[in-house]
Amino acid sequence: MRYKILTPALAATAALQFAGPAAATDLEVIHWWTSKGESAAVSQFAKAFDNDGHGDKWVDSAIALGETARSTVMQRVLGGDPPGAAQFNPGRQYEELISGGKLLDLTDVATAGKWDEVIRPKAIGSACLVDGHWWCVPVNIHSNYWAWYSKPVFEKAGVPEPKNLADFIAAAPKIKESGAIPFAIGGDGNGWQIQLLFQDMVTEALGVAKRDEMYTKKSAEIAGGAEMKGVFTQLRSLKQFTDNGYANRNWNDTTNLVITGKAGLQVMGDWARGEFAAAGMTGVKDFGCMIGLNEEKPVVSTDGDIILFFKQNNPDVEAAQKRLAALLISPEVQVAFNNAKGSMPVRGDVDMSTADPCMQKSLKAVEDPANIVTATNRFITENTNQQINELVAQFFADDSMTADDATAKFSTIIGNSD
Amino acid sequence: MILVAVGVFVIGIGFSVLWSFTSSKLFPTYDFVGLAQYRRLWADSRWLVSVNNIWFFGLMSITCNMVFGYLLAVFMDQRIRQEDLFRSIFLYPFAMSLIVTGLVWQWVLDPNLGLQAALRNLGWSSFSFAPLVDAETAIYALVVAGIWQGSGVTMAILLAGLRGIDEDIWKAAKVDGIPTWRTHLSIVAPMMKGAFATAFVLQCVSVVRVYDLVIAMTGGGPGIATSMPAVYVIQLITVRQNVGQGMAAATMMLLPVLVVLAFSGILLWRRNREVGV
Repeated sequence: MRYKILTPALAATAALQFAGPAAATDLEVIHWWTSKGESAAVSQFAKAFDNDGHGDKWVDSAIALGETARSTVMQRVLGGDPPGAAQFNPGRQYEELISGGKLLDLTDVATAGKWDEVIRPKAIGSACLVDGHWWCVPVNIHSNYWAWYSKPVFEKAGVPEPKNLADFIAAAPKIKESGAIPFAIGGDGNGWQIQLLFQDMVTEALGVAKRDEMYTKKSAEIAGGAEMKGVFTQLRSLKQFTDNGYANRNWNDTTNLVITGKAGLQVMGDWARGEFAAAGMTGVKDFGCMIGLNEEKPVVSTDGDIILFFKQNNPDVEAAQKRLAALLISPEVQVAFNNAKGSMPVRGDVDMSTADPCMQKSLKAVEDPANIVTATNRFITENTNQQINELVAQFFADDSMTADDATAKFSTIIGNSD
Repeated sequence: MILVAVGVFVIGIGFSVLWSFTSSKLFPTYDFVGLAQYRRLWADSRWLVSVNNIWFFGLMSITCNMVFGYLLAVFMDQRIRQEDLFRSIFLYPFAMSLIVTGLVWQWVLDPNLGLQAALRNLGWSSFSFAPLVDAETAIYALVVAGIWQGSGVTMAILLAGLRGIDEDIWKAAKVDGIPTWRTHLSIVAPMMKGAFATAFVLQCVSVVRVYDLVIAMTGGGPGIATSMPAVYVIQLITVRQNVGQGMAAATMMLLPVLVVLAFSGILLWRRNREVGV
């Protein structure tokens, strides 16, 4: 008797559970936008998705540090429990996810939204457009080629604001005398901040064409050349202007040193601008920005963020994923997100007149194809990327390692890369 | 139960070894490449640093743990007052998660907010103590934290061993006029062989799998100065998306364990033969 009563009750509960997702779809999104400026930006996505009129809900899974977030996503995919969507950087980090058939094909959304026409420059779209199919949504263009400095620190030290990296190195001893840390950097996450600086210096030293040749042809010869040794030597000279608290520091704490006037200059991508904005500073009087480590040769890299959507085998969820994909690239969301984030929108047809002077610089530079630098991640796999991370982090930490050793090791890594 | 446990272990280890001979990247494949992963592994400076570190860390922390643990146990055995309180204090580091204690250590040793900053704020402006940020000294800081964590449990095991020694032996040694240190070294310690072996094996296990301490305190840095084999394996598999080489490293970690097992197996077999069993 008891079972007879229980069975309909169980059936009702089960039915209720299945009825749930059809009414409102929860979509878990994993990302590493955890700093103050970044969370202000990502909340623009969440707000737009929650109010899209379909009762959808953005379930936020923020995991600090890109490499940790990405490996969490990979483990979830391998374990058969992928999140609804996840942030990645454009490049080769997800090529095996595409070839392994783990991603949702967004081609119909892209065709409807004319992505191939509105997304500029083309290099940003090509990160997602593989073999004629769209596998991800580019949401912003970040350039890694920036340096941010505190105007009060330079004023106090009595040195002019820098126009390029060599200027800065010349001025650094005076900044040190004035009591501030001349050069701010952090060594967390296997040293990715040091590699960012390193890659900026590589492009500056080799020039765009030779750098691209080194990465595409895996040229151990260029990687072991005199210019590369020069880069390592310059990297060592920058180290003497850092503080000894750098070892495990994350990028936004490092930016905070510049914001609070404890440090002079930081080389970091333009997501740092979001931190200055979140601290209520403007680029006109409080802080300065140096584009491309050399104001006379402005360059913009096609780094940035993309959102991947994972196959869920549930039509309701897939419909919600496609709604989110279309929403992320819509003009209003692009403006709101990128203004908070400090990045450029991926489409040229939006009004960014409210952007601050630093972003105006990059909006101007991005119009000329000669200024565009392909993101390093496009050329190298995550494996190679981490090997370079380890090399530059080791070189930066260990003063007994010579520039010759480091150049030879770099040459081996590039020569063996796949 | 035994079947499941052994099955899971053997199958898991079998696949690790198998995949170490393939070119697996993010997804495991069966594209066999022979010993190529091992050659790349032993050419990777981070792996070489990891191997050096584990030997250094292992030797230092096991030796110090055994010595401190024994001294602490002897101290506790002097019928001191408040023994329970002291025992709790010494065992406390072991009871807490290494992620938590590692983070506390990291904060204490951080030059900008820990001990150095505190003493400088008090007026000692030339004070400099920041072992974690220097590639040369970071490994010593790990060893110290390892000792702080591990000596308590060694003490507990050895104390139990000491308490198991018959009072009469102490009395007899005293009657014979043997100095206390000599009694400890030549009579009591050999009688505690079992307790020493247990403590030693526990220490060895914790050294081989040391992971959380490194992650919480240094993240393997500065640079790659405090990388350890277990950290390397996880890094390769999850972050670098290079399962093949990660499995090769895991297999290399298994080798010394197998050698020790084989060695103790042979010893046991020979002893049994001598006894004539």
